[in-house]
Amino acid sequence: MSDKGNPDALTPYARSLGIELSGMEDGVPVMSVAFDEAVEGRPEHYHGGATGGLLETAGYAALRAELAKRDREALLKPINITVQYLSAGKSRTSYAKGRVTKLGRRSANLTVEAWQDDPSRPIATAVMNVLVAEPKD
Amino acid sequence: MTDKPAFDPKTATPFLTSRGHSGWLGLRYSDHGDDWVELELPWREDLLGEDGQRVLASGPILSLMDMASGLAIWKAMDRFEPIATLDLRVDYVRPAREGSPVFGRSQCYRVTRSAAFVRGLAHDGDASDPVAHIQAVFMKIGQSTDKRELPGE
Repeated sequence: MSDKGNPDALTPYARSLGIELSGMEDGVPVMSVAFDEAVEGRPEHYHGGATGGLLETAGYAALRAELAKRDREALLKPINITVQYLSAGKSRTSYAKGRVTKLGRRSANLTVEAWQDDPSRPIATAVMNVLVAEPKD
Repeated sequence: MTDKPAFDPKTATPFLTSRGHSGWLGLRYSDHGDDWVELELPWREDLLGEDGQRVLASGPILSLMDMASGLAIWKAMDRFEPIATLDLRVDYVRPAREGSPVFGRSQCYRVTRSAAFVRGLAHDGDASDPVAHIQAVFMKIGQSTDKRELPGE
C-alpha cells in the first residue's frame, strides 16, 4: 500500500503508543505523545525506547510529507537509526519533528529532534537512514 | 554470606517489565549469561509498522534492545543501579518474520566508573540470522530518586 495522499497516516505501533499529529510547521508534521504508563521507564520519566519510537515516527512523517510534496509513491523500510539521549524526558507531553536532510532515489537521510517545553532545548535527537523502495503493484 | 548473585535477570525481569513501557510491550525474560541478557518481545498486531507490509515496527525493537541492554549492564555490574541511555544505534538488517516473537540479546562488554558499553542483536528464533544489530552507551546516573527495590536486593 502506498502512502500517497495520506502523508499523515500513523503506523499501528504509533497509534497504539498514543502518538498523535500535533500540527504542521512549515509543511512538516510535528508529532506528540502524552505522558502515560505506555511510555514510562523509570518512575515519572520516559523510557528511552518510547522516546526513540516518537523520534522514529516523526522522521517517517517528515519523509512521507516530503514524498507527497514531490508526488512520489514509495514503500519505506528502516535501514538504521542512531538516537542520542540529551536529557531525561519528564512526565509531560513530548514533541518531535524531523527534517529530510537528503532524499535520493533509493534512500533518505533524516534528522529528528524531540523536545518537551522548549523546541530549542531538545531532549533527544536521531539520525535515520530509510530505504525508499518502489511500490509493488 | 552467600555466593548467590545480587542481580538475577530472571527474577528481576518480571518485576521491571510489570508496568510502564516494558509492560505495555509485554517484554519477557528469555535467557542470560554472565554479561548478557536476552528478552522476548511477543508478536502483536498493534505493533506493526508501515501499513500493508505486515512487518513489526522498528520502535518496539529499539525498546526491546534498550531494556535488554539495561539488564545486561546490571547483570555485568551484579547490582541494580540507575542508568540512562546516552546513545543507541540500531541497524535493521532484515524484517522480522510475521507472527514471530523477536528476541533481543545484549551483552555488556565494558563498565567504567561513569559509563557502560553494550552491543547486541535481535533475532526471531535463530540468533545466527539476526534481524537487527545494536550498539549503545549508557551513563550511570548516580544519586537518583529511583526508589525501586528489586527481589534479591
